Formats: sequence, structure tokens, C-alpha cells
Amino acid sequence: MSTEAAVAPTRYIDALNEGMATAIEEDERVVLIGIDVGAGGGIFRVTKGLHERFGSERVIDAPISEMGYVGAAVGAAMTGLRPIVEIMFMDFVGVCMDPILNQAAKLRYMTAGALEIPIVFRMQTGAGKAAGAQHSQSLEAWFAHVPGLKVVMPATVADARDLLLASVRDPNPVVFVENRRLYGSKGDIDAAPLPLGKARVARPGSEVTVVTWGQMLRRCLEAAGEEGGASLEVIDLRSLAPLDIETILASTRKTGRLLIVHEAVQDFGAGAEIAARVGDELFDELRTPVRRLGAPAVPMPFSPDLESALLPTSKAISAAARALVAEG
Amino acid sequence: MSTKPKQDGSSNQSPPEIDLFATMALIRAFETRVAELYRDGEIPGFVHTSLGQEAVAAGVGGALREDDYVATTHRGHGHCLAHGMEVDGMMAELFARGEGICHGKGGSMHIADPRRGVLGANAIVGASLPLAVGAALSSKHLGQGRVAVAFFGEGAVNQGAFHEAVNLAAIWNLPALLVCENNVYAEFTDSRTMARVPSVAERAAGYGVEAEIVDGNDVAAVYTLTAEAAARCREGRGPFLIEAETYRWHGHYEGDSQPYKPDAEAASWRERDPLEVSGARLLAGGDADGETLERIRDEAAARVEAAIERARSLPAPDPSEAYADVFGEAEVPA
Repeated sequence: MSTEAAVAPTRYIDALNEGMATAIEEDERVVLIGIDVGAGGGIFRVTKGLHERFGSERVIDAPISEMGYVGAAVGAAMTGLRPIVEIMFMDFVGVCMDPILNQAAKLRYMTAGALEIPIVFRMQTGAGKAAGAQHSQSLEAWFAHVPGLKVVMPATVADARDLLLASVRDPNPVVFVENRRLYGSKGDIDAAPLPLGKARVARPGSEVTVVTWGQMLRRCLEAAGEEGGASLEVIDLRSLAPLDIETILASTRKTGRLLIVHEAVQDFGAGAEIAARVGDELFDELRTPVRRLGAPAVPMPFSPDLESALLPTSKAISAAARALVAEG
Repeated sequence: MSTKPKQDGSSNQSPPEIDLFATMALIRAFETRVAELYRDGEIPGFVHTSLGQEAVAAGVGGALREDDYVATTHRGHGHCLAHGMEVDGMMAELFARGEGICHGKGGSMHIADPRRGVLGANAIVGASLPLAVGAALSSKHLGQGRVAVAFFGEGAVNQGAFHEAVNLAAIWNLPALLVCENNVYAEFTDSRTMARVPSVAERAAGYGVEAEIVDGNDVAAVYTLTAEAAARCREGRGPFLIEAETYRWHGHYEGDSQPYKPDAEAASWRERDPLEVSGARLLAGGDADGETLERIRDEAAARVEAAIERARSLPAPDPSEAYADVFGEAEVPA
């Protein structure tokens, strides 16, 4: 990638918008379908301007009818289109799981590869805005548990654009999880093509490997920068499926300690899978047990005071890392 | 709309009814033997046969273009055969062989041949509807003039997927042909007890979609209505719903002894065997003699028998097949 390509700092939300615009422009088979994505520009303005630019044939408003339009988008993906379909809040996926779980994820396999399902299910999560129990869930582990789905979670502005484009160009169904707490965050976009499934060492360190994704990356980097804290090597996973286990193992071999941090509920979460895999591979090389830090197993409450008590903070991450170093 | 073939003055090139009869005979032979093979343990898994419903599959299939899309249900063998799927590949799939049309990874409930426009049987009740509506969206977007057919049972119309898909097809004005096979029973339950409106067709009105009820045991009537409905889809006039009234002879699945069905009801429907209805008309009209009809049925049986022998002779899939086709290869960025 060339540094000349970098432009003025962009917001995460604009990077997503540009990624979609590029995808629609470069391939006539790409359509965007969702609730309020058209002239309305989306409730978070992620699709602002796309309808004016590409028209209602390419940017298609759907009724509040997720089972219908998500299912139809899968049918369109089976027959020559490459839809980007937006589910307004990740929590709403409960009303349209069948097209994702039983159709998109399985039809290539059940037809021995005769069908391709190139589709991106965009959805966003992000606790910490008093949105309550039905608008705050991080459910990425559900999808990573289903063979046939890729699960992508951009944590940076550059990745918001590049991973979205990689997801649209991928011939498989991709669950693309945005974090609305990041929508206003700023950074550079570099327009570098990215493969799906490559983690990134966001900050090198020597004492504790911290694996994370989504908005928890910011908290982990804050913890890593804390005065007098342990030396953290922070890995931004970028996708749960494919899982870049090699990057996790390489870092953990070096540090001997692993902490996994995620916004999702800790019990039966993706952190457990990563911990198990690292335990399988590196049992003799670990200096301490693998630790996880996620939300406790309660629904997300409405009150900001209650809510903030449940989400991992940079202080909690830092304390967990220091405890690991103290342990061994 | 007319319910007689070739007499409506339309320019459709109607196949002679004897061709539709032959398709029904093939489905009858296929389903009859599949039921026996399942009973005898030669076919694993779950099997749902469409015996008694052959006229719907043959009538709709006969009226479609080769490149039209068909999305169907767990009771989909007949629809697949009527849209041109190969008997050999289907039978090998039901036998779970590696040379089956889906390499042994689909089976009866997920049998598919996308190369022929068959998007697949589907084991989730109601799932065919949104998928077909999406295929219709593709056809419209790409300017292909292809019609997408969703087959579904009357048991599916209390699912949200039905209502959402019909509404989408309507507001997006899509070339979607929604074919309800009303075979009276939703699994074990008399579907007339599960809704307060007496027909599926009248539900379409709630979405501004035109619909018509047809005698689903009369292949000529199904054919004619489908041809007209598909033509209007191709003209850009939006979706159409057909409710074909028919009856499921066998249980919900093979092995279901159907204690819930009144004997008299089942017997009266068997008297209206779709092959007999069509055969009688062919004989009365002088379009075929008894010997010809007999020969058509024998040929269908022989074709199915040959497919069975072939399937029996094929090896089991290689275990490595289980791991293939989960994901397609992404192009690696330069």
C-alpha cells in the first residue's frame, strides 16, 4: 500500500459508506437492500447519498419485514446478484435467522457447490448508549458457530472500508458486524485490498497477548498505553470466521500469557473457543491459564450506570493483564 | 381465465396433454418406488412423497420456460422432475451416493439442480417463498424475463415468511408465481382448522395480488392457468398466486399411518386420481388409446427402475466429500 493513497482523516461511518459506493459502482450485480437505506440514508446515516447516486434499482428500500427481505436477498444471491443487506440492529436478526442459518449458510454445501451465495449481512451492535436489552447485543458467536458463514468485525476506519469491500467480493455469505460506538471515530483510509481472515497486531508488546475485536480494541489499546501497566501485545482479530489462529498462537508463544476481551457475554462466547484452541496447542508453553473478559451473563440494562458496570473497561483490562503477569 | 388448454386463443405453444400425462406418469412411478425403497430401508433419512398431487407439478412444469426458476418444499420430487431434473441423478441422491446430483449432501429434502433453475427442495416450511421472490428480483434486475416459481403448501401460509414474501413481490412488482398446493393437511392437522378464511387465494387480496383457485387434480387446468399467469409475470404485471386444490395420498412423511384422515375423504380423493382424470379425457377425445397410455406408464416405470439399479450399483461417497463445498474460494487480493 502506498502512503500517497491516504487522505484526510475519515469517520468510520464514511468509510463504510465509501466501501458500499465502491462496491455498487464496480459491479452491476451489487445491490443494497434494507429498511430506510434509500432516500432516508439509514437511521445512522451510513447509506447517506447512495440512493441519490445510484437510484432505487441499486439501493432498495424494504418494508419492516426482515424475514421477507433478508430471505429475498439470499434468493437474489443464489441467482446472480451480490446483495448487501442491512439489518438495522443486530438484535433484530432474531426475526430473520432462517435465511441466514438454514439457507445462506448451507445451500452451497447442500448443492455440492452448484450454488454460490455471495451476500453480505450488514448489522451493527454496540452497548453503552442506554439502548436497552433489545438494541445492545453482540451476537457474533452465534454466527461463528454456524459452518458456512464468515463473520467479520471491523474495529478501525481503514478496516471498515477494506473489509466491507472484501466481504462483498467474497463468494460466500458474510455476517458483517459494525459497532455503532465506532461510527464517529476517525482515522485514515488507505484503500488497501485485504483478504478476510487475517488478524492484525495493533500494538506490539512482550508480557501479555490481548486478543480482541470490534470496539473493545480501543479499550485494549487504552489499557496498553496505561502508565506502569504490563506490556500488552494487542491483536485485532478482524474476523471470527475465518479465525486467524496462527497469529494468536505466534503471539501467545512469545508472551506465554493470553487475555481475550470482548463486548459480548462471556459465557459460551467466542473467547471460550479461542481459549480452548490455545490450550490445545500451547498447554506446555503457557505461563498462566488463559483468561477472558466479557460482559456478565445478564441482559443489557437500560440505565447508563448499570450498563457501564457490565462492560469491560480499560482499567479492568489493565488489571487483568497485571494479574496475569503477577501470576506467573 | 380459461381452464381448458389450447382453447384460450393465446399464442402459447401448449404441449399436448399426453406430454403432461407422461410427466405425471414419471412422477407417479418415481414416488411409488421411492416410498417402497424407503420402507425397505434402501433410502435413508426422511422422505415426503407427492403421490396424488402429480397434476400440479406436471401442469406448472409444463407451462414454464426451461430457464425459469423453481423453489420448492420438502415434498418436491415431482416439481424437480417436471422442471427437467434427471431421474438418474435424483435417484442416486436419494440413495445417498457420491454421484448423486448433490453428491449425497442434499438428499430428498434438499434436492436441487441450480443449473436447470431448480433452486431446491427446502426442509423449512415457507422458506421457498422469500427465495423465489429474490430470484424474481434477480430476473427483473438483470432483465432476463425469467419467472420464479415458489411452490408451497397451505400449511406454509400461516408462516410469516409467506406474508412477507407476497408483500415484497407485490410492492416490487416482481415476476413471481406463487403456487400453493393445497393438499388439505398441514403435516398431521386439517389445515381448515388452522385459519378462519376458507382459501389461500383470498389472502392474496390483502396484499393487492391477484389469485385464482384451480382444480389441482386436473393437469390441463393447472397448465392453462400457469401459462397465463407466467405470461403476465413476463409482461411485468407483477406476481400471481395460484391455489391448486389437491390431496396428499400418503402421510406427511413415509411411515405416517395417517390416523387423522377420515376414510371416506381419502377414498373420494383417490377416485379423482389425476392420471385417471387426464387419461379419461385423452381417451374420450381420441388423443390416445388405452394401449398408448399403458405404454407411457410402463416406460416411466422402466426409466425409474433403471435409475434404481444404477443407484444401487454406485459406491458410497468418499469421506472427503463431507468436507468439500462449505466455502467457495475467494480471490486473493493482489
